Amino acid sequence: MADQPLLELHDIDKRFGPVDVLKKVQFSARAGEVTALVGDNGAGKSTLVKCISGTYNIDGGEYLFEGRPVTVHTPRDASALGIEIVYQDLALCDNLDIVQNMFLGRERMRGLVLNETSMEHAATETLASLSVRTVKSVRQRVSSLSGGQRQTVAIAKAVLWNSKLVVLDEPTAALGVAQTEQVLELVRRLADRGLAVVLISHNMTDVLRVADEIAVLYLGETAAQVRRTDINQQQLVELITTGRLSDPGDTNLSNSPASEASA
Amino acid sequence: MTSTKKTQSVEEDISPEAAERAAVASTAPTGGGTGDYVRLYFQRVRGGDMGSLPGVVGLVVLVIFFSVVQSSFATLFNFGNMFTEGTGTIFIAMGLVFVLLLGEIDLAAGFGAGVCAAVMVRLMVGYNAPWILSIGAALATGVLIGFLTGWLRAKVRIPSFIITLAFFLAFQGVMLFVVNNGAGQHGNVTITDNVVLSLANAQMPIWSGWALGAVVILGYAGVKLLAVRSRYKQGLPAEPVGVWVSKIAFLAVLTIGLLYTLGQNRSLNQTAIPRNVNGKIEFVTPAAVEGVPWVVPVLLVFFVFWTFLLGRTRYGRHVYAVGGNEEAARRAGIPVDRVRISVFVLSGIMMAVGGIMIGSNVSSVSVSNYGGDVLLLAVGAAVIGGTSLFGGKGRMIDALIGGAVVEVIYNGTATLAQGANGDSLKYVATGIALLLAAAVDALSRRRAGSTGLA
Repeated sequence: MADQPLLELHDIDKRFGPVDVLKKVQFSARAGEVTALVGDNGAGKSTLVKCISGTYNIDGGEYLFEGRPVTVHTPRDASALGIEIVYQDLALCDNLDIVQNMFLGRERMRGLVLNETSMEHAATETLASLSVRTVKSVRQRVSSLSGGQRQTVAIAKAVLWNSKLVVLDEPTAALGVAQTEQVLELVRRLADRGLAVVLISHNMTDVLRVADEIAVLYLGETAAQVRRTDINQQQLVELITTGRLSDPGDTNLSNSPASEASA
Repeated sequence: MTSTKKTQSVEEDISPEAAERAAVASTAPTGGGTGDYVRLYFQRVRGGDMGSLPGVVGLVVLVIFFSVVQSSFATLFNFGNMFTEGTGTIFIAMGLVFVLLLGEIDLAAGFGAGVCAAVMVRLMVGYNAPWILSIGAALATGVLIGFLTGWLRAKVRIPSFIITLAFFLAFQGVMLFVVNNGAGQHGNVTITDNVVLSLANAQMPIWSGWALGAVVILGYAGVKLLAVRSRYKQGLPAEPVGVWVSKIAFLAVLTIGLLYTLGQNRSLNQTAIPRNVNGKIEFVTPAAVEGVPWVVPVLLVFFVFWTFLLGRTRYGRHVYAVGGNEEAARRAGIPVDRVRISVFVLSGIMMAVGGIMIGSNVSSVSVSNYGGDVLLLAVGAAVIGGTSLFGGKGRMIDALIGGAVVEVIYNGTATLAQGANGDSLKYVATGIALLLAAAVDALSRRRAGSTGLA
């Protein structure tokens, strides 16, 4: 993988008052790959995502997108670049149907009137292209969908908007076994379509199954970013819990163990 | 995941195939035939998504009840009377639908309407302003009130309940001040302008009533057909023929029935009475009262416009989105605060229109005509019609259906118990109806939550 990562973050700092939440964090995500972002509670995963999405402004470091330094101050800046965040709490409107949710805020118009048929077609095609078969009708209200289906809709929304980078925040956290399976398949398919996917998860099994690369945060610092093939579950757990490996092997660990900062 | 489990629990009592279709249940057209469509509708109702059904059923039951127990209820005179008596409430309720869609409330809508009407009548009576200017000033007052309420809610972040409770009190004072022209007189100004009086007291010529009916039926049929055709052409599942034909036929029958009934002479004195004409005694028949009251076309114009705005435009979609999940709407880039302020402004416009209609109906503007029950009747109308108090759910037609229910109760009970107790019965009955509607709303919401068909 010698080619340029789509997203590169170098030495990212984020402070909330006196608290250093992120300290010189390194992170990169490549197109066509699933990059998992893992870490224990308070490691700074959410903060890092909010820095990527522009919800928080970084206090220091370099934000490179497609190799160019960019400034992302608002979520709007991020979506203009093609970055879509699928939040854990999904951000769907229960009282609207799938089509309405997928186009929310970016409705297709014909003059003053909503172009419903065009939107319905596009939504149907997008879901079909992702081989989503669990959803019976795109005119179903989101409130009638299962957790997995909601996750699917939220992810499909990102695809519909031709995003280049999709960040999925704990997409399987609330799902059962079968639904987790479906969502993970979808995650894989997104990457296969050439998107850069960032997967945040607590679930080691999920991460090891779908990720191409794994970045570990430990108390606000990058503990490691390694290829999936270079690490096993035991090593991963060790990285998450202690921030280092007793037997580093060929992984590129950051050399300083984290200090006492907390998120 | 909880909602999966819940969906499955519903599926237990129906076949898996039907369950699949139940999951698809939505207001949207489906691929199946008329039978499927009807079955889906009933599944949706059973799942708690009742829409206007309780309102419609209530209306039918109440009309039958009052027709049986009270001879003066089902008369031509009273029928026409209810149109002009009830529309003021409906106008205010139409504005409240917007406010309720965001899960907000406007307790000051009654006296807000009163302030607008007072501005109008004071300009006409005190300053001889032409009706168009006076009505314009009333509407502008409504916009101002709405903007102020919305701004306090969206920017200062005071709960709308509190803002409008404060305004409820304050507007009563403002209204009194405007009506009295600051001089502390009798608290009542008589409307003398003919145009304003005609709104609730004059009828359209019979032929124009039929023309209006034709426009309504053909317009509805045209819109339906275009929508169905466009979906067919695009290869999307469309409403089955049986369903849209029935809908058009129902509207046609209803419209023709109303027009026919309103076309009869409903004057209470139809027998010729002796009059002294130039020194000779002649028998003169009083002028006939017949035709569609002018409030009806006014109501229809607003109804069609708001329905279009809510259902077909980006703005309407955003109103539903903010009402459904404010955070999701914000993340989708919808200007939440602006939407919130705008619904109060629209409600302000409608409260001005309602205030003018109420004034026109009683030919004067006084504090007592806008106090207490006006607001509750309007909120009741919207909620009885099926608009949720919790936000995100509701349509413009709810105000019409609920408004009809409220008017029937109000009118029916007012004379049911003759004498001193008439009013007490009226208030109790309307209060119970509002409570029932709110209970249906809350229960159907719970039920919808547990079946996943919110």
